[in-house]
Amino acid sequence: MSDRMLTMSEALREAMSIALEERPEVFILGEDIGIYGGAFGVTGDLYHRFGKERIRDTPISELGIVGAAVGATLSGMRPIVEIQFSDFTAQAMDQIVNQAAKIHFMVGGGLHVPLVLRAAGGSGTGAAAQHSQSLEGWFANVPGLKVVIPSSPYEAKGLLLSSIDDPNPVIFIEHKLLYKIPGREPVPEGAYRIPLGVSRVLREGKDLTVVATGIMVSRVLSAADELDKDGVTLTVIDPRTISPLDMDPVYASLEKTGRLMVVQEAPEHGGFLNEVIAKVATGPALGHLIAPVARLAGMNIPIPYAPQLEKAAVPQIPDIVKAAREVVANWR
Amino acid sequence: MTTAELVTGHPLESPENARYALLTMSRIRKLEEAVEDLFGRGMMHGTMHLSIGQEASPTGVCMALNISDQITSTHRGHGHCVAKGADLTRMVAELLGKENGYCGGRGGSMHIADVETGNLGANGIVGGGIPIAVGAALASQLMNKGTVVVSFFGDGAMNEGAFHEAANLAAIWKLPVIFVCENNKYGMSSSTELAFAIDNLSERGLGYGIPGFTFDGNDVAAVYEATETAVKRARAGEGPTILEFVTYRWKGHSRSDKNLYRTKEEIDEWKKKDPILFFEHVVRDKGLLNDEEIAEIHALATSQVIAAVNEAMKGKPADPANLLDAVFKKVNS
Repeated sequence: MSDRMLTMSEALREAMSIALEERPEVFILGEDIGIYGGAFGVTGDLYHRFGKERIRDTPISELGIVGAAVGATLSGMRPIVEIQFSDFTAQAMDQIVNQAAKIHFMVGGGLHVPLVLRAAGGSGTGAAAQHSQSLEGWFANVPGLKVVIPSSPYEAKGLLLSSIDDPNPVIFIEHKLLYKIPGREPVPEGAYRIPLGVSRVLREGKDLTVVATGIMVSRVLSAADELDKDGVTLTVIDPRTISPLDMDPVYASLEKTGRLMVVQEAPEHGGFLNEVIAKVATGPALGHLIAPVARLAGMNIPIPYAPQLEKAAVPQIPDIVKAAREVVANWR
Repeated sequence: MTTAELVTGHPLESPENARYALLTMSRIRKLEEAVEDLFGRGMMHGTMHLSIGQEASPTGVCMALNISDQITSTHRGHGHCVAKGADLTRMVAELLGKENGYCGGRGGSMHIADVETGNLGANGIVGGGIPIAVGAALASQLMNKGTVVVSFFGDGAMNEGAFHEAANLAAIWKLPVIFVCENNKYGMSSSTELAFAIDNLSERGLGYGIPGFTFDGNDVAAVYEATETAVKRARAGEGPTILEFVTYRWKGHSRSDKNLYRTKEEIDEWKKKDPILFFEHVVRDKGLLNDEEIAEIHALATSQVIAAVNEAMKGKPADPANLLDAVFKKVNS
């Protein structure tokens, strides 16, 4: 068993390197992914190892890049597109939403789009409102897209390899604060794959089930460590992919805890985790709830610039601790 | 038999080629007339975008392509489908919402694709197919396939960002793609005079380092010759070409169109430039086909379209039970 502790950038790079070696039809395209090594350093040295044809620098042209990738899939390639900031997917929305997501369905199955679109999401770097959004809910509302949100280096590597294997378009959203920090668990060498559509139970407790995605998973785990000291124990579930969404572990956990909290960085209104709440409200575990569902999400505002404003805009560890304590204390 | 073997070569090279060019244009026209009739009688729902009057462009372009070459098409794409070799029965079945239609009734007129004939799909989004064509051309280049890709689009698409981004990528990477702008003078109701400050839309190539040329889009031989030159350039690795084929849409944009933005006189003037009648004059003059042969070709096209409609009508209506399974391709399938 390997005990390598990688950052998410390193883990993602390993996954892409494995895919580039395994499959000649894999290539990467995006802005500044070549000699520069990617805006967040994710592609790193791949340009020097695989050459400019397969690690393809593009002009600043998100619609063109994604469209070219879609077209390449229709001719047998498996492109990985890097969009520097997920906010810039807005420039490419026609190709993502109207083309990639729908081609297989609307042409009757004769074509498919094995495309992976990697994009850096989330706040915390002082990049303000146009470089800090959490847009996963947009994509989850489009049938035909799979949406993956890795929460750690280990998850990132295994999920990216499965995403590249998948014959459908996958939106792969990487939180930029996770790029540079080592994960909590080792990343095995070589290839391993984490199937899309299987939630992971990261720890089991008796008092509260928490469903969280992306960077919120590590914040919830930190909050759980702190709550442990008070004797409040959490079950933490990371769906890993929000489309498709695996709810079974959530239902099973609610039988034991009877309390649910969802935590996301995206704004609360219309946010994806509301879907988790809706599924619980309409699903088999509703009868087990002994408390109202607690919902912790980003404020309904654009992400602000100043550090104290930015922090206030999205859930932080103390917010999670406080909300968890309240729901457990108030509903016995 | 409602498909046709693709014939490549100059439409005026031989009686066989002339026959094929005329038959293809006639099949397109008669298919669209049949479609309009079915709509009129309430047998089709949704909408339709007819290309009657524009038949020379898809026919001439596709006669310069091999079956392995690819195209992307538009909302006004019936002609491109037919010219690339699509099965008329499956096309009509799709328009009628049948299980045996090209898309199993899930796409309709604006989403017909035919992988076997290299048709990567019509598109409901103006300009949506242009970056896709560029990507298919990139795949051809990366895999050394030697194939070219033609992106058909209308004048309206030239003002979409998608055209500009795609053209630039094609130019810097010298991709084997040909941008075919079928300028039918109107983007829905907006004339090219209102929507452009240039006379020839092919001039847009200048800004990207792409050669651009404008031709009579109602002359199938001129369309073929222009495309053949661009195909040679693309296959030689010299990059993309922009071809503007000036033509005219006889019918409204879609079935809701009342033609308020143009005059009857203008439409009648363009009907005198009918690409089919023009081609008939040329082949008669050159002694390639006589009146009897021309009449036979049109009769054959008519009978093929009637057979396709009758056959398509027999198809099973598309079944809602399978819809959820159709969204994603199964992993490992």
